[in-house]
Amino acid sequence: MADREKKKAGAFDIRVVIATLIGIYGLVLTILGIIADPKEVDKAAGININLWGGIAMLAFAALFVAWARLRPIVVPITERPADAPEE
Amino acid sequence: MLAQDSILRLDATAIDYIIIALYFTFVLGIGYLAKRAVSNSLDFFLSGRSLPAWVTGLAFISANLGAIEIMGMSANGAEYGMPTVHYFWIGAIPAMLFLGVVMMPFYYGSKVRSVPEFMLRRFGKPAHLVNAISFAVAQVLIAGVNLFLLATIVNVLLGWPIWASVIVAALIVLSYITLGGLSAAIYNEVLQFFVIVAALLPLTIVGLHKVGGWQGLVDKVTASPGGSEQLSAWPGNALSGFSSNFLSVIGLVFGLGFVLSFGYWTTNFVEVQRAMASKNMSAARRTPIIGSFPKMFVPFIVIIPGMIAAVVAPELAQFKATGSGDVDYNDALLILMRDLLPNGMLGLAITGLLASFMAGMAANLSSFNTVMTYDLIERYVVKDRPDGFYLRTGRWVTVVGTLIAIGTAAIASGYSNLMDYLQQLFSFFNAPLFATFILGMFWKRMTATAGWVGLVSGTATAVAVFVLSENGVIDLPGQGASFVGAGAAFVVDIILSVIVSLVTTPKRDTELVGLVYSLTPKEHLKEDAQHGDGGWYRKPVLLAGISLALTVALNFVFG
Repeated sequence: MADREKKKAGAFDIRVVIATLIGIYGLVLTILGIIADPKEVDKAAGININLWGGIAMLAFAALFVAWARLRPIVVPITERPADAPEE
Repeated sequence: MLAQDSILRLDATAIDYIIIALYFTFVLGIGYLAKRAVSNSLDFFLSGRSLPAWVTGLAFISANLGAIEIMGMSANGAEYGMPTVHYFWIGAIPAMLFLGVVMMPFYYGSKVRSVPEFMLRRFGKPAHLVNAISFAVAQVLIAGVNLFLLATIVNVLLGWPIWASVIVAALIVLSYITLGGLSAAIYNEVLQFFVIVAALLPLTIVGLHKVGGWQGLVDKVTASPGGSEQLSAWPGNALSGFSSNFLSVIGLVFGLGFVLSFGYWTTNFVEVQRAMASKNMSAARRTPIIGSFPKMFVPFIVIIPGMIAAVVAPELAQFKATGSGDVDYNDALLILMRDLLPNGMLGLAITGLLASFMAGMAANLSSFNTVMTYDLIERYVVKDRPDGFYLRTGRWVTVVGTLIAIGTAAIASGYSNLMDYLQQLFSFFNAPLFATFILGMFWKRMTATAGWVGLVSGTATAVAVFVLSENGVIDLPGQGASFVGAGAAFVVDIILSVIVSLVTTPKRDTELVGLVYSLTPKEHLKEDAQHGDGGWYRKPVLLAGISLALTVALNFVFG
């Protein structure tokens, strides 16, 4: 039982973690971009970088979630091959 | 640059701090999640050899994408321009591909748990001790350097006192490494990679827009003190320090491209450890090869911003023209961030820098604790204890390593030149190591004595060249001294190893199976393909070929 738990725990998916962080960043930046002060936009050479950067990050996050959904981590059903005996 | 009220102080607001804090919450969260997967020492030190290749591949380059890389390479970009790309295209990619295609089968196939352990199997105890001790010492010192650089940046950007940021950063790294071991370090490196790209790519785009697109950059750099030679990668005289074009190309290809970079990428356990953590032979070989693809594009978000900063920021342009001013090349990225990014994106950019500095230190510590525990403590001090003992030891070693790193950082804050010297010196250390490895892997006659004699004499040569160039006896500006130092170390190591081998007794052939090319059956080097290794795009050699072709093409486009 303990062994099975270990395998499940080992399968936490870093892709979801990355997508969550970048997704939150994307959301925050997009909102900042929408309510942006035109003076701030001028600072970035006229590009509303918060808005566009935010949207790009949201898209990236969506892509990563899709990847994690389409190719979930497979927990091997057979016993993990035993590591080579340590010397 | 240590002033409390720096002109580089960024105008960070609450939203920027929230973005920074969010990142560190995730970093610690990953440490906690990774902890649940640690049940024995192999889990802790090598992630249980279970990670997929794209994860280890990104961690492979991320571990190297630290403070020195990001700040240093953008500074080089501002100072030298396009020739800086050689640090990536000549100075990293061929060696990474060589590691994946040629050397990884020996590392992964022999199931050693560290690079020094390979040394032990091939050459016996003296060479192992030399390698393990010098590696461990170098890693804690470099961890201290990384820690100090991080604290300096936080001080300049946000005004925190140096000691406070040293302690906070050390505590964060310490918590996730002691909790989750190498897995926590690797997962955080992957996260860090994406955060760095998310931070630097927008900066580059805004910068390029500001300077008037690519053509605008070309025009401005041509008109700047650097002139148009800063727009093409070759022959890179200013970078190599040689005035002759021919010597410069030779120096870059052999000095940087061969001796320095092969030494670093193929024998440095910080890097190789990431590949050793992958789930099978094919994934281990693909690790550095997959890493080479993002690696070849990193210059565009590191060097280009540096070049832009040198022509759009008045302070930096003045520094480049006159050699004096309130800022220097190392500030290139910070100036660009200060001038171009609005709050929000600014917070993300600061996060990216902090992430990169911290990951550098974490990589040093996670390889330090492995070598300390497996190679020094288990092998020589406290032998034959149950595995749980070494797992606990590894956690404590991490604590001690962090404390030493804090101490090193404290020393560094008093003697910043000392740290420059240390860094340069360590850049020489890998050249003799590479010589010994490559000779040992391909020449079965090489003996155990030759192993340690070559290492010690090669390292001594590197130190000697370093001292001579510091005292002005050898006078080469730019990177010339490192090229010569590493080259001399390599040659001395090879020559002495050959001479010593010829007069001492070699190991028996049966002891060298899996360690020396000619004695290892082909099947031993090529594990059977396992589930998840299918598809042409998962063939290491083919992938390496594509990577090499792309790199050559990039050299032509930007040559």
